Amino acid sequence: MAEYQSVIGLEVHAELKTASKMYCSCENKFGAPPNTLVCPVCMGYPGALPRLNKKAVELAVKAGIAMNCTIQQNSYQDRKNYFYPDLPKSYQISQSEKPLCVGGYLDILVNGEHKRIRINRIHIEEDAGKLIHDAENGITLADYNRCGVPLIEIVTEPDISSSEEAHAFLETVRSTLKALDISDCKMQEGSVRCDVNVSLKEKGSEILGTRCEMKNINSFSGAVRGIEYEIKRQLELLRSGEHIQQETRRWDDSRGVSTVMRTKENAMDYRFFPEPDLGLISLPDDLVSQIKGSMPELPGEKLFRYTEKLGLKEQEAKIIAFDKDKAELFDHCLSLERASAKTLCSLIVGEITKYLNDTGDQISDTKLTSLALAELAGDTEQGRLSSSSAKKVLNELITSGGNVKEITERLGLAQISDPEHIQKIVAEIIAQQPKSVQEFRSGKTNALNHLIGLCMKASKGRANPAMVREIAEKLIKMEE
Amino acid sequence: MDLCKMAVSQFREMLLARKISASELLSIHLERIERSQLNAYITLNDKAMEAAREIDRRISSGQELPPLAGIPIAVKDNISTKGLRTTCASKMLENYIPPFDAGVVEKLRSAGAVIIGKTNMDEFGMGSSSENSAFGPVRNPRDPSRSAGGSSGGSAAAVCAGEAVLALGTDTGGSVRQPSSMCGVVGIKPTYGSTSRSGLIAFASSLEQVGAIGRTVADAALLQGVISGPDPMDPTCFIKAKPKYSIQGTLSELRIGIPKELFGEGISDLTKDVVMRTLSFMERHGAKLIPLSLPELRYSVSCYYMIASAEAASNLGRYDGIRFGHASSEHSSLAELFRNSRSEGFDREVKRRILLGTYVLSAGYAEKYYRRAASMRAKICSGFETAFSKCHMIASPTATGVAFPLGIKRDDPTELYSADICTVPANLAGLPAISFPCGSGEGGLPIGIQLVGRKFAEDQLFSAASSFESLSGGYEQLITSGGD
Repeated sequence: MAEYQSVIGLEVHAELKTASKMYCSCENKFGAPPNTLVCPVCMGYPGALPRLNKKAVELAVKAGIAMNCTIQQNSYQDRKNYFYPDLPKSYQISQSEKPLCVGGYLDILVNGEHKRIRINRIHIEEDAGKLIHDAENGITLADYNRCGVPLIEIVTEPDISSSEEAHAFLETVRSTLKALDISDCKMQEGSVRCDVNVSLKEKGSEILGTRCEMKNINSFSGAVRGIEYEIKRQLELLRSGEHIQQETRRWDDSRGVSTVMRTKENAMDYRFFPEPDLGLISLPDDLVSQIKGSMPELPGEKLFRYTEKLGLKEQEAKIIAFDKDKAELFDHCLSLERASAKTLCSLIVGEITKYLNDTGDQISDTKLTSLALAELAGDTEQGRLSSSSAKKVLNELITSGGNVKEITERLGLAQISDPEHIQKIVAEIIAQQPKSVQEFRSGKTNALNHLIGLCMKASKGRANPAMVREIAEKLIKMEE
Repeated sequence: MDLCKMAVSQFREMLLARKISASELLSIHLERIERSQLNAYITLNDKAMEAAREIDRRISSGQELPPLAGIPIAVKDNISTKGLRTTCASKMLENYIPPFDAGVVEKLRSAGAVIIGKTNMDEFGMGSSSENSAFGPVRNPRDPSRSAGGSSGGSAAAVCAGEAVLALGTDTGGSVRQPSSMCGVVGIKPTYGSTSRSGLIAFASSLEQVGAIGRTVADAALLQGVISGPDPMDPTCFIKAKPKYSIQGTLSELRIGIPKELFGEGISDLTKDVVMRTLSFMERHGAKLIPLSLPELRYSVSCYYMIASAEAASNLGRYDGIRFGHASSEHSSLAELFRNSRSEGFDREVKRRILLGTYVLSAGYAEKYYRRAASMRAKICSGFETAFSKCHMIASPTATGVAFPLGIKRDDPTELYSADICTVPANLAGLPAISFPCGSGEGGLPIGIQLVGRKFAEDQLFSAASSFESLSGGYEQLITSGGD
């Protein structure tokens, strides 16, 4: 039986974070009452003309540079013609022939493997409105607030070969766009969406199979499920000797299935032609070099630095690198040189992430400072704080702020490293536990751990565990 | 006093001397419209008197008056006027009231003009007889059994008949110049990008401009100067500063190119003859005539109809019965609402262009038609550039003949389209072009001559036309005397 390899390409749409819409001065905002952010331009009124938002072009160029594209000094916009009630002009202003950005790539990391996903193009276009189907009254309502919201569409080459890679790519894209303040990428607000192209080819073959496009995917997990569903569907067809029909399918995430939207025969003919209402987009000479010069380290680059230079684990490194705030906190703490990357990483990925997830807060909503976190990590590493105490101090730092030394003292959490103090605790436990002492002497090493545990408990977790072990062993031997 | 023969400067003098008030001037025009059989207007402006009285208040308080203060002006009904019905002579927009003023209308208002009403036209500007109107055909003031030309037929007729002093038309392929020629008035299609298209209800965005129509060259130049200039609402209006057109200069040393392609078959012999006699007259007054060949122009009509229709099909897609315009009451699905609204709202010629435009852009045909037309257009542009290295402007008849009778049957639309041979090249190349009366032809009806200039060289066109006008004694003189 033939072995197949899946071939996947993505088209990612992201709404740009501009103050106003793409072609008019209406506010670009989510969640306003229906049809309150509209004007003759975005409603497609007769005679109203589009005026290009320069900020949107800049953000798209920024995305292009971040994704290693060639930025075209001159590009233009085209009309994509089709009828739908959420598209007031009956055409979408997009870019077809000469987009802003062409031929880039983005590197992803999946299970320790680096992979380069080539990007065919990034172009600007406008979003359409929203239809709200009122089943109860059997009517459909149109909300045009989203009409004309600026978008970029990122189109990859078919370089992705699994749902896992697709997920890694999408996460890298999202973190990049967020890090550069290009897009909010808020899934629940639909500010980032994607279409997926899937085909199967025989392993080792260069010939691509017939592809199907899946639309209407609005979460990354949905993309993963949709891709897996489509691969399985195509595989079953091929295995049963059938042919794949080129078609566009609609992904229904709640049912976990895709259904045919249109086949090749009734494919849309968008009748693209240059938008006559807008001139050439000619970028200012220094725009590209200016943006390049101010480009920060990108999430993808951080990920490689964390895993390769700092030796962090891939999953943990992703949690930090792909989150702008966490990466900023981590990198700043690291630069203070108080603690190792691993200790900082475990605090951020562990307690801090847990707190943020539980409360829904951002790091900026908390009282935590990078200096305090670095000191905390340092104290932990140097044995001044036990890990359980460190958690308590961290909680205090997050909710009330303050400095580590003061909190440690106030809460009485400083680690006991005084040998005499520890010897006293250990001696008491040994006296209370002759049975365990006997067991240890007869070779049961576990018995020592039991004794150490009791010592830690007696010290309320503050005793230095290494010292407890050392002293316990010494005392037991002395008594022999 | 015959209003039909007076120029803006004369009205202005009378207004300033308080020999007539703006409201009286408006009333005289309204009375004339009331009695008229021409059907030049679709809608009259019920706020016009208010505007005229405001000008009168300004006159009586001795305030400085803007250039068009108190002058009754007609506006073609595809140019948006806030709060005043704008129909494009289509059932589709029969009840459409724009929520904003067109850029040129804003400029008219601040120049003190009194907008008297909205003029009849071919539906959405598609046609050259002003018969394709949901509001009935426009009649030619010089012979009411004949067409006023089109698509700005109502505007040209109103100016000719004294139902307005000046008028705005729009010109996508000759729609200002051809009716001006047929009514014996002056019409200008300015350089593409010199005049705002904001609020002009689009037919073919890359070709059209708003142009002035007047009874004299000076009047047309004055109005064009008022409406041209930058508008932040139209990014294709890339003119840098507001122009101020002067009409000085003589014909001497003026090199006028005469392309043989625009004096060929399809143009009536009498028209060619009158235009050639006009050019000889200009030569006698110092102009140099330069015979030229612009072979590309043979393809300009086909090229024009492909590009214009492609853009029209896209521009007119928005009329779907949902947000504005005619909505069919007969529908049981979304597709039916679209289909029925459009089937009922658009008339035959508009449907024809939408079909044509959709076809030339569709997959498998775009290469063969739209893209070839687009590259032909580029060749026409460079053909003009070459020609302008030899001459200042290019002359030709404006139309193929005098005004034609209303209601003549046309089974073959391409025959009608080919009559646009002289006017469409200027639109394809974005060049300024003026038409002014130069004599009369069959039945004593006016014949217009067209001059096409270099980009932003409106001044040269106005100067040449005005020199001819004064040397020949003015247009009424010309037409009644039958030539030079």
